[in-house]
Amino acid sequence: MNFGFTEEQELLREQVRRFLDNKCPLTEVRKIAESKAGFSQDLWNEMAELGWLGITVPENYGGLGMGWVDLIVVLEESGRSLFPSPIISHNLAIDALLSAGTEQQKETWLPAMASGQKRGCIAINEKTNWHTPEGIRLQGLQERGLQEKGKQRSNGYSLTGEKHFVSDVDAADFYIVAFRADDKPEDITLAIVDSSASGVKTIMTETFDKTKREGILSLSDVVVPKDQILSEGPAATETLSRLLELGAVAVTAEAVGAAETALNITTEYAKERIQFGAPIGRYQGVKHPLADMYVDIESFKSLAYYAAWAADEVDGSLSRSASIAKAYASDAFVRIGTDSIQLHGAIGYTDEYDIQLFIKRSKWMRPAFGDTHFHQDRIAALSF
Amino acid sequence: MDFDLSPDELVFRQEVRDFIKTNMPDKVAKKDEMAFVTEWNKKVREKRWVGYTWPKEMGGGGGSLMKQVILKQEMAIAKTPGLGTCFMGLSWVGPGIIQYGTKDQQERFLPDILDSKFQWCTGYSEPNIGSDLASLQCKAENKGDHYLVNGQKMWTSLAPFAEWMILLVRTDSSSENKHEGITCLLVHMKSPGLEVRPIKNMTGSAVFAEVFFTDVKVPQENRLGEEGKGWMVTVSALANERSSIAEVAGLERKLEDLKALVKRIEIQGKPATQDQSVRRTVAGFETIIESMRLNGMRYLTKQLKGEPVSSETSVNKLHKATLEVEMGDYAVSLMGHVGIHSRNSPDALDKGRYAYRALSWPDVVIGGGTPNIQKNIISERILGLPKD
Ligand SMILES: Cc1cc2nc3c(=O)[nH]c(=O)nc-3n(C[C@H](O)[C@H](O)[C@H](O)COP(=O)(O)OP(=O)(O)OC[C@H]3O[C@@H](n4cnc5c(N)ncnc54)[C@H](O)[C@@H]3O)c2cc1C
Repeated sequence: MNFGFTEEQELLREQVRRFLDNKCPLTEVRKIAESKAGFSQDLWNEMAELGWLGITVPENYGGLGMGWVDLIVVLEESGRSLFPSPIISHNLAIDALLSAGTEQQKETWLPAMASGQKRGCIAINEKTNWHTPEGIRLQGLQERGLQEKGKQRSNGYSLTGEKHFVSDVDAADFYIVAFRADDKPEDITLAIVDSSASGVKTIMTETFDKTKREGILSLSDVVVPKDQILSEGPAATETLSRLLELGAVAVTAEAVGAAETALNITTEYAKERIQFGAPIGRYQGVKHPLADMYVDIESFKSLAYYAAWAADEVDGSLSRSASIAKAYASDAFVRIGTDSIQLHGAIGYTDEYDIQLFIKRSKWMRPAFGDTHFHQDRIAALSF
Repeated sequence: MDFDLSPDELVFRQEVRDFIKTNMPDKVAKKDEMAFVTEWNKKVREKRWVGYTWPKEMGGGGGSLMKQVILKQEMAIAKTPGLGTCFMGLSWVGPGIIQYGTKDQQERFLPDILDSKFQWCTGYSEPNIGSDLASLQCKAENKGDHYLVNGQKMWTSLAPFAEWMILLVRTDSSSENKHEGITCLLVHMKSPGLEVRPIKNMTGSAVFAEVFFTDVKVPQENRLGEEGKGWMVTVSALANERSSIAEVAGLERKLEDLKALVKRIEIQGKPATQDQSVRRTVAGFETIIESMRLNGMRYLTKQLKGEPVSSETSVNKLHKATLEVEMGDYAVSLMGHVGIHSRNSPDALDKGRYAYRALSWPDVVIGGGTPNIQKNIISERILGLPKD
């Protein structure tokens, strides 16, 4: 039994942390967050060189052939630095290809993703704002028009509609799109849509966490040939659940790092700020909320690590463990973000002081891949 | 990261399972319960599973921490009786004697603890001394071949039933440092001048007591550790009182109980299982319990790697305190009027078990150091904030 990381994984953590401390301190994070792209192509390229973009890609597709337990080390560190990058979307797209893709699809995309040349993202949500298949309404019409014109590669679909809240949509070269095919509307179908396909448009939206980017994927008569279907029927629903669960694990891993930074910043401030003749950290009204933060972080850290382990197993334990991790972390992280500001006093409310970046991240993270109530409902469904 | 057991550990687990299968009946009649537990204790003792990690030469099992976890987990799952009944002897008195005791003390005291012969009790708190234990005032004078003890202890659990007490006294009040001048003594409860007065708690039971000392003589050979160094003995003894993984199994059992209860009751004429707020509340408890289980595993891994684990255990203690209060109360609140009926009431459900739990949480929440003190430990020792 070893519920901890290997020496190699600890080394990876050290490397990522040093890289981000050097190249992307919070001053740099702010600059990137204000930029148009919202991430740094230069740093992305450097990460590709270091192999970090292909951690979960098997070696025969040019990756490192490691798993989610390795990946969360990177995610935890990227969260610790509030590093703005499309790395979560990228990895979810990798997993979608790995768990549902055809050999040809894998060969087309995975080597290019591992080397950093291509990025993917997942486009599931719609205005319905639900994290369940029922929320998916986008229609896929069988490609009759094309057949009539005699193009026999057909049996694909044509998509018209919008996907909303699509993380990193602007940075992606392809999207994993969920829709309902008109010949089997009771099921979900997942397909790969190339960003260069005709009829594809992305519209950037804006949330208060500028370190995270998202947008609308607008599709107008976009043709999805048959060979770009990723999965259909019950298998597609399964892939969809897995993506939701992995997404929950990924943002929780980032939350572990981010919350630890928020706790560190606030603890250091409490040691230095003097009121009533003593550091405020001496007063229990200050030190006890900090202890509460520690308890929560330790706890959702354990849950995130375990869920990452479950993601690499085939025993089906991911579903419950991912939900438990996210159910804990969603609300706890927001409490941590809120208390961090409160314990700083007015300085914490300023734009200049960094602690404000963390409450924004916590509220960005809360609905991502399902909030506490959503996951509590999934947990309860296993008992009642 | 792996959760696999080594081949040796797997063999051990099978041995434990087989033992349980052979020795744990499906049902024990109420009248046979005592006899069954006595018999059980004898058998697990023969297996050397009581004091499983204690050194072999001291009568323990000489086993690994990991196997002890397996052992306790399997027992918890099968809802067997515990491993021995001398709770405090096994939890901290014994480990204290192993670490600081003389050979003579080890020979005199350890076998009886392992054989569940009688109870030990713990004389730390006093009328004016609770959380700030190191300020204790109960006095002892060194009279050469014995110590003369005068003073009072308070809230001493099991004192009315115990044969021996581990006692903290002040032998020297000259030091500025309150942690110095404290000495640890092992006291026979039948010593002349020692008087026990039970205190009834709000559930009606009288498990703890006041203990008065009037010129009580404690022989030199019953001093544990050096004179004046009793604080160290206590701290390392209490370090054994870890919120262990096996303890989480107890909470998991309470959660199972709660789920079973939810399945039986109705709210406004509808099954409680269909009530969204009930479902979410129970899932919330489950989430915290699972985090405790995994925190425990993470800290255990550290221990197995030889890294120190100390203040981190306050994390699970705080969770446990919250859950003991909230889960007990939630069951009662769900049951409405029925919830507050106690044991013998015709309107009680499950013999008033939940009503009892709704009031007995101080056993855990106050007994082992209050939540405020756990938060001081985390904020001062882990986060490095100034002491208040
Ligand atoms: C069921 C039960 C069994 C017990 N068994 C034993 C036993 O066997 N042997 C034994 O020696 N003792 C025993 N105790 C006593 C127990 O150890 C003490 O109750 C405990 O240490 C708290 O001390 P106190 O009750 O005097 O409360 P106090 O220390 O007076 O505390 C009162 C309140 O003030 C708070 N407080 C105190 N100091 C601080 C601080 N610095 N910062 C913030 N808040 C603070 C506490 O959190 C608490 O809420 C038992 C208690 C119970 C309830």
